Order: sequence, then C-alpha cells, then structure tokens
Amino acid sequence: MSFYEVIRFALRGLSANKLRSALTMLGILIGVAAVILLVAVGNGSAKAISDRIEALGTNTITVMSTGRGGSSSTALTVPIANALVDPGLAPDVASVSPVVTASASTMTYEGSEHSVSSFVGTTPTWFGASNTPVGTGAAFTADDEAQGRRVVVIGQTVVEELFPGVDPIDKQVTVGGALFTVVGVLAQKSSTGFQDANDTAVAPLSAVREVLTGYGSLNSILVQAKSPDKVDAVQSEVATILNQRLKVSATTTATANGGSSTPYRIQNASQLLATQTETADTFTTLLGAVAAISLLVGGIGITNIMLVTVTERTREIGIRKALGAPRRVILTQFLIEATLLSVLGGALGVAAALIGSSFEIVGVKPVIVPSSIGLALGVSIAIGLFFGGLPASRAARLRPIDALRYE
Amino acid sequence: MTPRPVLDVRDLTKVYGTGEATVHALAGVSLTVERGDYVAIMGSSGSGKSTLMNILGALDVPTAGSYHLDGVDVSKLADRQLALARNRLIGFIFQAFNLIPRTTAVANVELPLAYAGVKPKERRRRAMAALDVVGLADRAKHEPNQLSGGQQQRVAVARALVTEPALLLADEPTGNLDSHSTADVLEVFDELSAAGRTIVLITHEPEVGDRTKRLIRLVDGQIVEDTRQSALDRRPVGATTGRHTA
Repeated sequence: MSFYEVIRFALRGLSANKLRSALTMLGILIGVAAVILLVAVGNGSAKAISDRIEALGTNTITVMSTGRGGSSSTALTVPIANALVDPGLAPDVASVSPVVTASASTMTYEGSEHSVSSFVGTTPTWFGASNTPVGTGAAFTADDEAQGRRVVVIGQTVVEELFPGVDPIDKQVTVGGALFTVVGVLAQKSSTGFQDANDTAVAPLSAVREVLTGYGSLNSILVQAKSPDKVDAVQSEVATILNQRLKVSATTTATANGGSSTPYRIQNASQLLATQTETADTFTTLLGAVAAISLLVGGIGITNIMLVTVTERTREIGIRKALGAPRRVILTQFLIEATLLSVLGGALGVAAALIGSSFEIVGVKPVIVPSSIGLALGVSIAIGLFFGGLPASRAARLRPIDALRYE
Repeated sequence: MTPRPVLDVRDLTKVYGTGEATVHALAGVSLTVERGDYVAIMGSSGSGKSTLMNILGALDVPTAGSYHLDGVDVSKLADRQLALARNRLIGFIFQAFNLIPRTTAVANVELPLAYAGVKPKERRRRAMAALDVVGLADRAKHEPNQLSGGQQQRVAVARALVTEPALLLADEPTGNLDSHSTADVLEVFDELSAAGRTIVLITHEPEVGDRTKRLIRLVDGQIVEDTRQSALDRRPVGATTGRHTA
C-alpha cells in the first residue's frame, strides 16, 4: 500500500469528522497564534520605546540638575548654558538650548480651557535638537526670544482641545494671565508612553520665565552634538565646563553621568535607550511566559482531543485489522491525521498571528519575532504527534478481537 | 489426489483466566472443512462458538492446537503475515456489521483491496462487482447510517468476498436482523455457496442452520454432532472450480 494511499486514508478519516477536526485545529490555532502575537506585542512595545527615544535625537545630551531647589551655586542657569557655547573648550557642540518646563499650566481661548501638561520655555535651537518639527505656521525666532515676545507653538492635542475646527495660527490664548499669540503648531508626534507627547506648548524662554516659572534655575539644558558619533566627546566637554563653573573637583568627573556626587546629571539618549531596551526585554519575557502557559494549556487540549479521537476509534482500528490492515499502515494513518491536524492548525495559527499583527493591539504595533513562530509551531506539532501517535500505536498493537470489543 | 482442505484445525483449546477462574472456552476442537463446503456451527451461548470463530478468523490466538488455513500454519505467523492472511485468505462477516462509519458502502468494500495494494481503478471495479453480487450496486454511495440493517450486512458480505478469500467466515450474520433481512442475507449466502464458495457461519437460529450442507453442534467447547444434511448431503462438487465470482 503506497504512502499516497495512506495519506488519502488519513484525509478521509479527517473529513469523516469535520467538526471535531475543525475544533482540534481551532485549539492549536489559538495556542500558536497567542504565543506569536503576545511575543510580538512585547517586542513591538520594546521597539516603540526605542523608536521614541531615537526620535528624541541620538545626537543630543541632556544636562539636568540633581540639586532639588538647593543652593544657587549648583543650579543650572542661563549663564551656565551660554558658557557651553564655547568653540574653544567645546568644539563639537552644535547648539545649546536652555529649557524651563511649567507643568499643568492652564491655557484658555475664548472661554475654553485646557491644562497643558508640559509648557516648555526654550530657545529656537530646541526644535532642531529635540527633533520636534513645526507642522504648520512657524517656530519663534531668536529675535522673539531676545525681545521676550509672547508667542507660542502648540502641540496637536492642545489644538484639538482649544481650537476644534478653527485654524489656531495668530489666535491669542491666555496663559498665566498673559496673552500669547499662537505662531505655529507642532507636527504630530507618536506617543507610546503614558504621557501624551502632543499635549505640549513651546514658547520663548524669556517669556515663559517672565510669565510662568520666574527667574530661577533651568530645568535642563539640551546640548546638540555636531554628529551622533560626537556625542561622547560633547559629553566630556560639557562635563569639563560644568565642573569648572560649578566648582566640582576633578576626581568626581569620572562618575559625572548620573553620579550622585555631582550637582548635575548628564543624560545621553543612547544610555537612555539601553536602559529602556532592558526594561522592554523584561516585558517581552513576561509576555512570553504568559504565552508559553497558554501554549501549554493549548497543548493539553490537543492531547485530550487526540486521546479521545484515537480511543473512540479503537473499534475502527479493530475492523481495519480484521480486514487485514498491517500495524504499520494503521499507525501511519493515525500519525498523518495527527500531523495534518497540528500542521494545518499551526499554519492557520501563524497566519492568524500575522494578520493580527498588522493591527494595533492596546496601542502597540506588534512586531513578529521569527523564533517565536518556530517555537510555537514546533511545540504544537510535537504535542500533536506524540499524543496522536502514542494511543494509535497502542491500539494498533492490540489483537483485533480486543480492539473490536473495546467500548 | 485429495484436494487440500481449506480449514484444518487439530485439538484447538482456548483457556481464559488463570487459577480458580479458569474457563475452557474450547476443549480440544478438531475440524476439517473442504473447499466449497457450507458449514453451520450451532450451539447455545457459552458453548465456545464465538471463540472458535475468532480463532478461525485469525482475530484471536488459540492457547494450544494447530490451525492450517489453505495449507498455511496460521498459529506460527508473525503479526505482519497474520495481517496478510486476514486480508487474502479470510473474509469475515460480523454480527454487528462493523462497517467503518461515515464512509460510503463502496469505500467500505474497497478497504480490504486497498490494504492488499490493489490500484484505485481496479479496486473500484471489483468493489462494484462485489456490491452487484449482493444486489446493492445502486446503494454504492450510501453511508452505513443511510442503509437498513440487512443492507449493511450485505455490504459487509460484499466486503468479505471482494478479495476472493479461500474462506468466508460469518459470526451470527443474521443475529441483528429481522426475518425479511435474514432471508435476503441467507439468499446471498446460498448463491455464494452455489457458486462454489467455502462458507463457515455460526448461528443459534435453526432456520439458518437448516439451509447449510453441514451442521456442527458445539457444547461446552467440544463438537458433539457433525452431520451432513438433506439433499445436499454429499461431498461438495466442483471443489477445484470453487474460486470464481457469481
């Protein structure tokens, strides 16, 4: 009896029980698809985080003060920021943008109110350095900053809240009791974190300090390097200047990044990236573990159905043996049935996962991990084969009369 | 030259259980069936007739004794050859029909041929011929649950004879059938016998036993009566021309 014939027998066996075959495949499908999709979601969120950090600009460093409202000698100030623009000491610095941030400042326009989660006061170089392009209108200019003009560039969320269906350019909004003229709208930014990256407004540093934050210290200084590979050089140049200005002893400079002994902290986007990727990897592992459990449960389902299928057909095996079917043929038939079920179910599961991954799931665009496909398929097929094959070989070994009498 | 008997069993015993619970289902049965014979084995329940049938059909193995089927010593066969013997030498008809469910009549009849390695086209032709013999060629595409009990049993008969076996064994073939269906099936057996087939059946219905050429009574695992009966009480003729289809 040829192998082709045995395959036809297996197909006939499967089609004789269409509903059960379909349900078995559905079980495998769900198990496989769940594993692939969950891992893809974990991976996708990791990718989204790293993309977002990369969007911040990998050629910038951020200097932040570690002294919380402490003595003025350790605070970051505008003169310190200006000192960083020094072609002699810091030849690789492209631009320096001092930043003050006012959180939750209320902006009103014609009676509607919106609390802007991040109101940034800075210089025009910030737009380029922080990778925040202006969509419509224009950014404010260095002249606006120098004159302290009250102009503002607002994010998309603010536009939606305050100007539904209205062009916001040249409209006047009130912030902290002062009128600001909207000169531009920021381009839509992808926000994947908990904070809405579009719920923001950017105004000249001088204006924000005058109206909202006062003339205290800066929140941070964004320093842009001339190219991404100069970031490390810029970091040490900035550290040198800051140590000079803030009178930090040279021995502590080695631990300048985030070290607790310095009054400032230099954050480098690539370091941030490494930390965040680590976090995301943990997340992926967690999701993978959940998925593995669902695969295990799916596997037990497959096991159960295979056992029932074969046990229920012990009598049929007896009939076939009585008609002269050799043990090998019976075993092959049931093995092929099990293989077809698990392979087809697995393949459909992969297809379902691939289709599912083209949609956003809880705000995350899943990114398929190829190895998860192999793993999920492999496990489901192995389970199907083992638990389809084991009872089949037991039944095929029975004497026909015992198989026929089986109830 | 004496023709080789189809069936030749010597001192067959079958013991179930051990110790106190030992049951001697067969206590030394010797039996020879010549080609073309039509034998009924009768006995009350527990007489060992089903056990004998299962051993003759190579579905079960005897505890002791020899069993030659068409000259082949079945008791010495390994699993592989045993499967071959069941396929080529024996056509078995069960009381419960035992058709494969959700499979058409013609596919059921084709099954033994498929295991014998016959090509699909030839298989279909021979299966249809066998169904024609039992008068069910027009029901070839029906599944077992669309057929009456008598029709199912006739499909099972077609399946048993499609490989042209040396021996047709029927285990209470009419046990699950009403009198009308019983008549249909027995008619098929009569025709097959007339065509020279060797048939051994077991039954507890006298009207079935009466139609055969030879009647064997089994009591407590032993043969107590072996008679040739009626006008057919003679050595079967045409023993050498036995193997052709009706």
